[in-house]
Amino acid sequence: MTAIDAPELRRRTRELLAAHPPATTGRTDFLRARFDAGLAWVHYPAGLGGLDAPRSLQPVVDAELAAAGAPDNDPRRIGIGLGMAAPTILGFGTDEQKRRFLRPLWVGEEVWCQLFSEPGAGSDLAALGTRAVREEADGDWIVDGQKVWTSSAHVARWAILIARTDPDLPKHRGISYFICDMTDPGVEVRPLRQITGEAEFNEVFLTGVRIPDSRRLGPVGAGWKVAQTTLMNERVSIGGSRIPREGGMIGPVARTWRERPELRTHDLHQRLLTLWVEAEVARLAGERLRQQLVAGQPGPEGSGMKLAFARLNQEISGLEVELLGEEGLLYSDWTMRRPDLVDFTGRDAGYRYLRSKGNSIEGGTSEVLLNIVAERVLGLPAEPRNDKDVAWKDLSR
Amino acid sequence: MTAQTEETVAPDLLYSEAEDDLRAAVRSLLADRSDAPTVIARIESDTPYDPQLWRALGADIGTAGLLVPEKLGGQGAGHREAAVVLEELGRSVTPAPYLTSAVVATETLLALGSEDGPVAELLAELAAGRKVAVLAVPFSAAPEGSSAAEAVTGSLDGTVTAVADAAAADVLLVPTTDGLYAVETDAPGVTVEPLVALDRTRPLATVTLAAATGTCLAGTEAARSALRRGLLAGAGLLASEQLGLAEWCLTETVRYTRERHQFNRPIGSFQALKHRMAQLWLEVVSARAAARNAADALATGSPDTPLAVAVAQAYCSKVAVHAAEECIQLHGGIGMTWEHPAHLYLKRAKADAIAYGTAGSHREAIAELMELPAP
Repeated sequence: MTAIDAPELRRRTRELLAAHPPATTGRTDFLRARFDAGLAWVHYPAGLGGLDAPRSLQPVVDAELAAAGAPDNDPRRIGIGLGMAAPTILGFGTDEQKRRFLRPLWVGEEVWCQLFSEPGAGSDLAALGTRAVREEADGDWIVDGQKVWTSSAHVARWAILIARTDPDLPKHRGISYFICDMTDPGVEVRPLRQITGEAEFNEVFLTGVRIPDSRRLGPVGAGWKVAQTTLMNERVSIGGSRIPREGGMIGPVARTWRERPELRTHDLHQRLLTLWVEAEVARLAGERLRQQLVAGQPGPEGSGMKLAFARLNQEISGLEVELLGEEGLLYSDWTMRRPDLVDFTGRDAGYRYLRSKGNSIEGGTSEVLLNIVAERVLGLPAEPRNDKDVAWKDLSR
Repeated sequence: MTAQTEETVAPDLLYSEAEDDLRAAVRSLLADRSDAPTVIARIESDTPYDPQLWRALGADIGTAGLLVPEKLGGQGAGHREAAVVLEELGRSVTPAPYLTSAVVATETLLALGSEDGPVAELLAELAAGRKVAVLAVPFSAAPEGSSAAEAVTGSLDGTVTAVADAAAADVLLVPTTDGLYAVETDAPGVTVEPLVALDRTRPLATVTLAAATGTCLAGTEAARSALRRGLLAGAGLLASEQLGLAEWCLTETVRYTRERHQFNRPIGSFQALKHRMAQLWLEVVSARAAARNAADALATGSPDTPLAVAVAQAYCSKVAVHAAEECIQLHGGIGMTWEHPAHLYLKRAKADAIAYGTAGSHREAIAELMELPAP
């Protein structure tokens, strides 16, 4: 078999483009053909949208396709599927699960959501109380509980779900991991209106949801371990790509500063320059992390980048509202909308300011991430815990 | 430059294998010859610099000539390598005239572009570690808008205060109203009067010239741009010293808080302390990217260099001071003692925050370069 290198990938990409000219091929047909050619995510196995090629070669394919005007699979809309469900299915799924789920996931025909967090289990995710009870007759699982902060639940076809399958074990050990059909009649999705006025997230109520055992991911009771893969991929996906100077939240603020001299004050100038420097340094730190990954020396810096961007987004968007003065007193629209995709930076300054408050909470709070850095990177001792060896059912709630 | 300028070639922000080897050699030398008790003993003596250490570092390992091309007697390496040396010197707060002589004075001379004559001769001496030269400007002089050249007149009369490492220098490079002069420190009319400095690991002195004599190296215009280049390199690579310093402070603080027990637990297990150290780690990681970017820009002669240097200084100064302050606080009472080296790092970090322009002056430079003007 030919080793897959950049020229070979380029050749295969051109072959795909020749066989399925984007100008005359439907979007979904083209994406399916791309998946079948192994050019979807080249580091995935052959037959599952990839070619077992180095991950670092994906940009070769993407550049060729972009130049040819080929449709993309809108990764923002299907981010949870691509970033979290896919690596978990690849890592723990059966052959049949991989064949069934990965192609429509990648093509974007099936949107995924994540049923992890609960009202009583946020940062302490392993404390979750949604129950999955196995039926003796057919081995199916019956799930009851409530999940929260579920983006895309209202458009999702599938969900990755963690549920408690053994309350007699300590909390990390009695959890199993499932693929949940969001069209099941026991699944009820309710919009959860947020600080911005929109309902980007949902609450999901699970009542007697029947999940066949064939849609369990990983062994019974190993759900926490499987979930670690999902969560690690969630954090890695933040800050992995090359950002141009002023490419982040600082961009619109700097533009406003240049275009509207009447808004300038000395206090705002000092704060703008300080944040401009921090944004530039965070960009460089992200670039250094990217170079480390390409050089095959992945560092622990990834867990830090989310922390940096959360704080910067909050401070910069806060400055932007003040810079706008009278305009900063206004807000575009308080109508409750249910957007299909997460929008961090779109709309106006007030929206950016309010939405950024979530950046230090979603995907692991800044406090939890600081603990992770302190313990896993710096090697500082964990705080004493009293919940590790106690059965989940005996924990106080 | 416009806001949207894209670097044509992405800066290399990693360390090469050769740089890692150089670091290992420098670190091992400094571990042997410049540990904290030695540094404390040195700064309380009449000779804060150890001439033998300087010979080993500058001449034997060859760090003094890293920036100097081989044909002029140097190593023909560059700013990325010099930055690695400075990281190690920052980590050990070693008193050595490396930044002032091997970087700032050397870069100033290199900017004159002479391949023979007195400039080339002096460069060869500096590169070989046989002589030390420092710029006769205040250590606080920023690359942009420096009025350093106004202090001394063409007849070599005048006083310059707070000149770093002047006491260790054989030669002063004196910018004057009509050009750049090389003046031997033992020449008639030259007085180098040591000052009591906040940071005794980088001694300061007042230089007084009274009808001194020297060799004219360049006229006014050439001198001005060479001086600017020298100070730019100094500011840019100072960021690496600050990085090394901050890294030491973090590493030592983590080590100490893992060992020190109070309330029947290591104090490093308390979340209030862990978060502060994790935050510092994030700052150190970011400072590394900024410092590497400045070193790489200087090394490649990138048009982005003034911005890269200003960003690195505006950021790394604050990180080094923060790391040193946290180091003292998290060490508790021991951090306040003369015996523990933490104070050396705080004093160096605070002095470094003023050296070659404050963070504020570098932010002003950024405002200019990025078209983000003051009201």
